[in-house]
Amino acid sequence: MSTLILSPNIPNGDDFYAKLLNVHEGLSKEQSDALNARLILLLSNHIGNIDILEQALIVAKTAGRTS
Amino acid sequence: MNKIFETPLYPYYQSIDQTASAPVLHNVVVIGAGPVGLGMAIDLAQHGINVVVLDDNDKVSFGSRAICFAKRTLEIADRLGFGDKLVDKGVQWNLGKVFFDERKVYEFNLLAEDGHARPAFINLQQYYFEQYLVERVQEINSEKPKIDIRGKNRVRAIKDHDAYSAITVETPDGDYTLHADWVIACDGAGSPTRSMMGLDFVGRVFEDNFLIADVTMDADFPTERWFWFDPPFNRGQSALLHKQPDGVWRIDLQLGWDVDKDAEKQPDRVIQRLKAMLGEDVKFELEWVSIYTFQCRRMEKFRHGNVLFAGDSAHQVSPFGARGANSGLQDVDNLSWKLALVIKGLAPDTLLDSYDDERIHGADENIMNSTRSTDFITPKSEISRIFRNAVLDLSEHHAFARPLVNSGRLSMPCNYVGHSLTGEDALAGGPARSQPGMPCPDAPLDNGFLLSKLGGGFTLMTLNTNAPSSQEIEGIEIAQIALSVTSDTNKTLGERFLGTAESAVYLIRPDQHIVARWPDYDAVRVQMAVATALGKTQ
Repeated sequence: MSTLILSPNIPNGDDFYAKLLNVHEGLSKEQSDALNARLILLLSNHIGNIDILEQALIVAKTAGRTS
Repeated sequence: MNKIFETPLYPYYQSIDQTASAPVLHNVVVIGAGPVGLGMAIDLAQHGINVVVLDDNDKVSFGSRAICFAKRTLEIADRLGFGDKLVDKGVQWNLGKVFFDERKVYEFNLLAEDGHARPAFINLQQYYFEQYLVERVQEINSEKPKIDIRGKNRVRAIKDHDAYSAITVETPDGDYTLHADWVIACDGAGSPTRSMMGLDFVGRVFEDNFLIADVTMDADFPTERWFWFDPPFNRGQSALLHKQPDGVWRIDLQLGWDVDKDAEKQPDRVIQRLKAMLGEDVKFELEWVSIYTFQCRRMEKFRHGNVLFAGDSAHQVSPFGARGANSGLQDVDNLSWKLALVIKGLAPDTLLDSYDDERIHGADENIMNSTRSTDFITPKSEISRIFRNAVLDLSEHHAFARPLVNSGRLSMPCNYVGHSLTGEDALAGGPARSQPGMPCPDAPLDNGFLLSKLGGGFTLMTLNTNAPSSQEIEGIEIAQIALSVTSDTNKTLGERFLGTAESAVYLIRPDQHIVARWPDYDAVRVQMAVATALGKTQ
């Protein structure tokens, strides 16, 4: 079974984070939510491995303080 | 209150210029006796140039202000002759903790790489930094008077006459005028010089207020940097706790945009906020309180003919990342040797245009980094707050999210790779960290550290090969240091400068940036690289 990468894996995190916020610039909350949904579906398709995706779903669900 | 704020460090005196029948012409006039202005005066004096420094005050600046001095600044201070005092007095720390809501989400250790004379950074009140600069000025002057600091000399007008500038100065004894071939404006973010010359200073204002408080307390907080996102004692905002020498703590509390600044500055209100943060039982005294807003902006050009701008007068950043004073000292490092060579007629006037090129590049890098930190700390939209909080939530359990947490990216030295004064990289297998344009990395030698051996001029450094021991190129003295790397000796030096190469020759500028490198000495190519570094080949 493949393992979800949970150690740093993006070479320049600050550049990525700035680009991520930039793409939301000027959008309404609703538009941003829709963009995020599309982004998740795109990246999931790119990963294409159900083991990895299931692990990511669990981590995302349990990491939040309200969960 | 600390006595240091009350004692005049450079008291007013009546200079002979004030009673002269005609305005006296000076080589260089520096406006502003803060860290940048005094650093500039010392650096120029060490290059043999006399300097007059004008300041409207006669004491160190009030309050701790800049408190984080980065390794590169300490290395520059070593070159200027007062690095030991900074490091002896300053507080060194490695551990940082990040809190989110009521939880500590993670901690980090900034353990710096081994093999450097100086630590990654120190915390020290700006007034100590300024005091040590003034003491260094006195030390230089005791050998030969080179720096004339004139306290209570407020510049009232400046007029550009192409060949020189006429400066009108207000003093307790009335006004006088002096002339200067070169003026360096180091008079801070609110630069009166910039306003008097009608120059722009545009950028971004962040709609947020921060309360900054220095307190002295007997508390057993460890020597660490603590940063809170959305803590219970400052809901929806951020907070920072950082240690300085003498039992002084820097506390930063984000207040938001719609606040009554005067009310927030009242001691009762501040004490109430601090008690909520520190606990009811902690005994503390307020030393300094200030409320500030952020701006990230710079002048379009730092050079305006014979008037040059350095430090906050030229560029301003948010405080997260310690990029204000640290970048100002890099301006000093960059400008002093260039101006000294132009004054001595050893380099063309156009060499000073490279100050614009290199330091605007530095300023843009600092503005970008401090803007990103500020956007993370104070998210400007609902969606950016959601992402920010997601990063913090994930960072508690998963290492991948921690590099994305941005409570300030601490100042790293700027590099000039690919800029006009940078020469060729002919060293196959040479490490990226020491490629031309980079600040020369430090390294331990058998006796001491590399940077302390570089001196204040151009240097040819040879590793496992030969070059003339000292020579004159383009009218400039080129010193040489010969080092050898074997499997037993100077191993770190080899890792940082040879990589997989057998031997190397490095040409290093007076500000310790690398100009060019080769596997062996080649007189023609070294001569070309020196010309490039002097701005003669554009």
